[in-house]
Amino acid sequence: MTYPNTWVGFFLPKKGHMKVKSKILDKKSIEKAITRISHEILERNKEAGELVIVGIRNRGEYLGNRIVESIEKIQGIKVPFGILDITLYRDDLTEVAEQPILKETKINFDITHKKVVLVDDVLFTGRTIRCAMDQLIDFGRPSVIQLAVLIDRGHRELPIKADYVGKNVPTALNEIVEVKLTEVDDTDEVVVCEKPGRKNQNLPERE
Amino acid sequence: MKLSYVKSPEEKTKISPKGNKVVTKKTAIWTKKDLLGLEYLSKEEIGLILDNAKSFKEVLARPLRKVPTLRGKTVVNLFYEPSTRTRISFELAAKRLSADVINMVKEGSSIQKGETLIDTGRNLEALKTDVIVVRHNCSGAAAMLSRAVNISVVNAGDGWHEHPTQALLDIFTLNEKLGNVKGLNISIIGDIAHSRVARSNIWGLTKLGANVTVCAPGKLIPAGIEKLGVKVTSNIDEAIKKADAINVLRMQFERDAAGAFPSRIEYFKTFGITEERLKKAKKDIVVMHPGPINRGVEMSAEVADGANSVILEQVTNGIAIRMAVLYLVTHAKRENA
Repeated sequence: MTYPNTWVGFFLPKKGHMKVKSKILDKKSIEKAITRISHEILERNKEAGELVIVGIRNRGEYLGNRIVESIEKIQGIKVPFGILDITLYRDDLTEVAEQPILKETKINFDITHKKVVLVDDVLFTGRTIRCAMDQLIDFGRPSVIQLAVLIDRGHRELPIKADYVGKNVPTALNEIVEVKLTEVDDTDEVVVCEKPGRKNQNLPERE
Repeated sequence: MKLSYVKSPEEKTKISPKGNKVVTKKTAIWTKKDLLGLEYLSKEEIGLILDNAKSFKEVLARPLRKVPTLRGKTVVNLFYEPSTRTRISFELAAKRLSADVINMVKEGSSIQKGETLIDTGRNLEALKTDVIVVRHNCSGAAAMLSRAVNISVVNAGDGWHEHPTQALLDIFTLNEKLGNVKGLNISIIGDIAHSRVARSNIWGLTKLGANVTVCAPGKLIPAGIEKLGVKVTSNIDEAIKKADAINVLRMQFERDAAGAFPSRIEYFKTFGITEERLKKAKKDIVVMHPGPINRGVEMSAEVADGANSVILEQVTNGIAIRMAVLYLVTHAKRENA
């Protein structure tokens, strides 16, 4: 069922106008979570000389950057930082509703024998992380890959588990966890929204 | 089956409730199953290919130059005309994306028994391939083929009409060298009449806001070319003088270009790009050539190998552009898909 005319789209639920159910993290608690994760990363990887942080686009890039800054504040060392764009490795490229925007991957250092901490905003099915690991292994052979996420919302479809979690949030499948960061959004917060009700479920979203 | 396409959304800037300016980056969406020519693309779509090519160029710089994006897809190179660069470039692009590649040339195939282009295309579709990259000596061949099949068709040069991926890689190289082609003076010099590269470049560059001049002996300038929004001149020094970049085209002797001027030596003397001539140009002028070069006809060997020449970089960028094109046509968002 498609609605090609824009005037029909006018009556459809507008994207980004989903019902906000609850705010689970505010600016301060995001900051705290990042600091705690940074401490945990340093504790687990004592020789920070081998540590590298790799953020997964888009939000993971900014979180990863914050972790790098936080580690610099704690230990005074700047760990190498890379960015992964997983688009080309996705297993659902032809099925995704929206066409993903392809961006550059930036890993300007050798990751072989390094301890790589992948950073993403929300851990959900685990498929993004699988893509990221596949891609990472094409870049070299890291000695360890660990995973840090701001939110773990459950519903895994693959045997993947995060090593560092900002907050565990049990969710229902019809909910959406939205992470907003000042680098790209107007505020720092994490909210849980509900997808529009059953009646509208098959309708396309309006941009 | 007729395919309908969704429109690309435009660039938006919205002001958030707190007054911060949030720029929603232009998200042109690729909706076409084919790439037939730059005439049929919007400025945004050309920009999307160029943006994607940047990411694919990064893939080519990785230690492992391959991504699994087109795994399980098959790309057929259907070439009715000889080609080195374009065919190998498309083949490499497809292989870098993990697609399977089949090369088909006129010689030794059923084309020689008289099979028509449309029949060949339908058979390739029945063989469950996904993309046909076609080069043909007739203008409009790619468009005709694309109407006959539901799989993607990429034009790798059709007659005198268009060679979109060449123009895209030319623009990509210019963007890399000069930042942005908008407002730049770009001269296309040589066999304009027979050149599909010239036409694609004119469509692309004028859409992106460059000032294009074409320069050739009178007989090699097709009638009405100025209607495409280009300046026309037969004075080589005038074409070079203000140019930020020149794209020198091959004299296409196989298409009777030789009839347009008395001799190769005379053409070289009056229109050939030499170091002597470039002294009158901007110091950092970018010199391009789509290849293959006729050294000593349209360009001297010193210029072709000189500091201003980006001819080999063009070849490298060609793979990135073709990867972007193959990626986009196979992942086109169709409204009813």
